[in-house]
Amino acid sequence: MHAAVVVFPGSNCDRDMQVAFEAAGAKVSMVWHKDTDLPQGVDVVGVPGGFSFGDYLRCGAIAANSPICRAVKGHAEKGGYVLGICNGFQVLCETGLLPGTLLRNAKLKYICKAIDLKVETTDSAYTSGYGQGDEITIPIAHHDGNYFADDETIAALEDQNRVAFRYMDNPNGSLNDIAGILSDNRRVLGMMPHPERMADPVHGNTQGSILFSSLVGELQSA
Amino acid sequence: MKARVHVMLKTGVLDPQGEAVRHALGSLGFDGVEGVRQGKVIELDLTETDKSKAEAAVKDMCEKLLANTVIESYSVEIA
Repeated sequence: MHAAVVVFPGSNCDRDMQVAFEAAGAKVSMVWHKDTDLPQGVDVVGVPGGFSFGDYLRCGAIAANSPICRAVKGHAEKGGYVLGICNGFQVLCETGLLPGTLLRNAKLKYICKAIDLKVETTDSAYTSGYGQGDEITIPIAHHDGNYFADDETIAALEDQNRVAFRYMDNPNGSLNDIAGILSDNRRVLGMMPHPERMADPVHGNTQGSILFSSLVGELQSA
Repeated sequence: MKARVHVMLKTGVLDPQGEAVRHALGSLGFDGVEGVRQGKVIELDLTETDKSKAEAAVKDMCEKLLANTVIESYSVEIA
């Protein structure tokens, strides 16, 4: 299983994501934002957390228009897997690969703490290793994680079982307590919490590593 | 030719920054401010000399980058 992790100026969780993928058994290539193509044979693209392009204009907006993102979009449109975490989720919303957007946190605070999430669906390669309704603790670290979309989009996400994770105690004002969503083909996941920061016993727990091992496992057996 | 783009959150989208400004105005004693919405102004210097072409180009820029039309509306002034 071959994963590519995109690096933008200002990414700061790219190496953590690389380590989490490698620990799950994936081969990882790092790709620079100016690259126009993904390496041959990439199964999944990771779009990491951080502050790409200093969050100028809007979080993720400039990264979403970088050369590599055209390749990432092409990869997703051909049915490839894409995982966006934190700033990566913001980038995927800006590219249009995921619906909606992430607004400033309702209480205007940057929040960095471990929070409790509920696994809302196990029907995806990312979440198949969890149990339906599992409660997991994963850190968040963001200023703009307040998920917003119009009523029709929210209804579609709910009807199609595309909310992957929900906050147990909503920290940022996200509609319907949404912490992570899937694309309609369930192969693109965007989430604000950082599973790569709960992926090693020294992190406190390893509940985040299940996401990476599920994904790698499913793609290896596919 | 210069263009000025105004980007505002659409009606109905919560603007926590605008709300914070409204509260701050109230605590300074400015009564009667019922709502505050905060947006952005972006000024562009263009080489284009044709007004309608410039306007069309700037609208395209708004759609592709300058505004996120999921939550924001924009208006373009050409001068």
